Amino acid sequence: MSEVTEYIIAGLLLLGGAFSLIGALGLARLPDFFTRLHGPTKATTLGVGAIMLSSVIYFSNSGEGLGVAEILITVFLFLTAPVSANMLAKAAMHIGVSPMDGTRGNPWDQ
Amino acid sequence: MLARIGFPQPWLSLLLFITWQLLSDGISGGSVVLGLILAWAIPRITYGFWPEPPGFVNAWRMPVYLAIVLWDIVLASFSVAKLILSPRKPRPAFICYPLQLEHPLAISILASTISLTPGTVSADVSDDQKLLLIHALDAEDNQAVIDSIHNRYEKPLMEMFK
Repeated sequence: MSEVTEYIIAGLLLLGGAFSLIGALGLARLPDFFTRLHGPTKATTLGVGAIMLSSVIYFSNSGEGLGVAEILITVFLFLTAPVSANMLAKAAMHIGVSPMDGTRGNPWDQ
Repeated sequence: MLARIGFPQPWLSLLLFITWQLLSDGISGGSVVLGLILAWAIPRITYGFWPEPPGFVNAWRMPVYLAIVLWDIVLASFSVAKLILSPRKPRPAFICYPLQLEHPLAISILASTISLTPGTVSADVSDDQKLLLIHALDAEDNQAVIDSIHNRYEKPLMEMFK
């Protein structure tokens, strides 16, 4: 593996780790349920994506063939993350979690 | 013909079969057999959830759309990260988005896209499938959010599902 590839992999790992950390920070820092929903479901999207990409590059370069499994994991994650976020938001609206002060608009419940 | 021998959705079956071959360690007799069983059984079991089979008219536009979405995820992730790290309070808003798409699959693709791009979560679809409730993390102007979603994501999807 060339030095450049190693730097790229390390950079992607750092980027992924940083975004996962920021996603977790958002979960702790943001004021109400609905805004907290954004931290873990999204800032981590890029985090996991970057880590998976570095894994693909690593295993493709170490002569074990293209890492298809990682790409599939990313695809599944991208397919399921919006559904779980949607379910969480729906459940919160259903039981009437109140949004933070200053939120414009209203959640509906039907 | 394909429907008669038990593949009501040939494309979904093909996709499932290929996915199973990629997931299992190398193509072997066992993985082909199990892949065929899955490709046959899963579309049958989930048949009731597809009110009408999706008809892609312009499927070749999909890669372009995915590339736009991926790029937006990267850009928007940085802005959300900046917001989380900065001391100021976010300005959240619930936004009613008027849908112009009609196909259920197109609506669910749009809703998933909105949820995946950081800063917005699609929270609910109205029963008549005319409105989408979006929660935006930090929105200054509701109309700006609606316009950007309409121009970036809904228009390409409308082209795809004409």
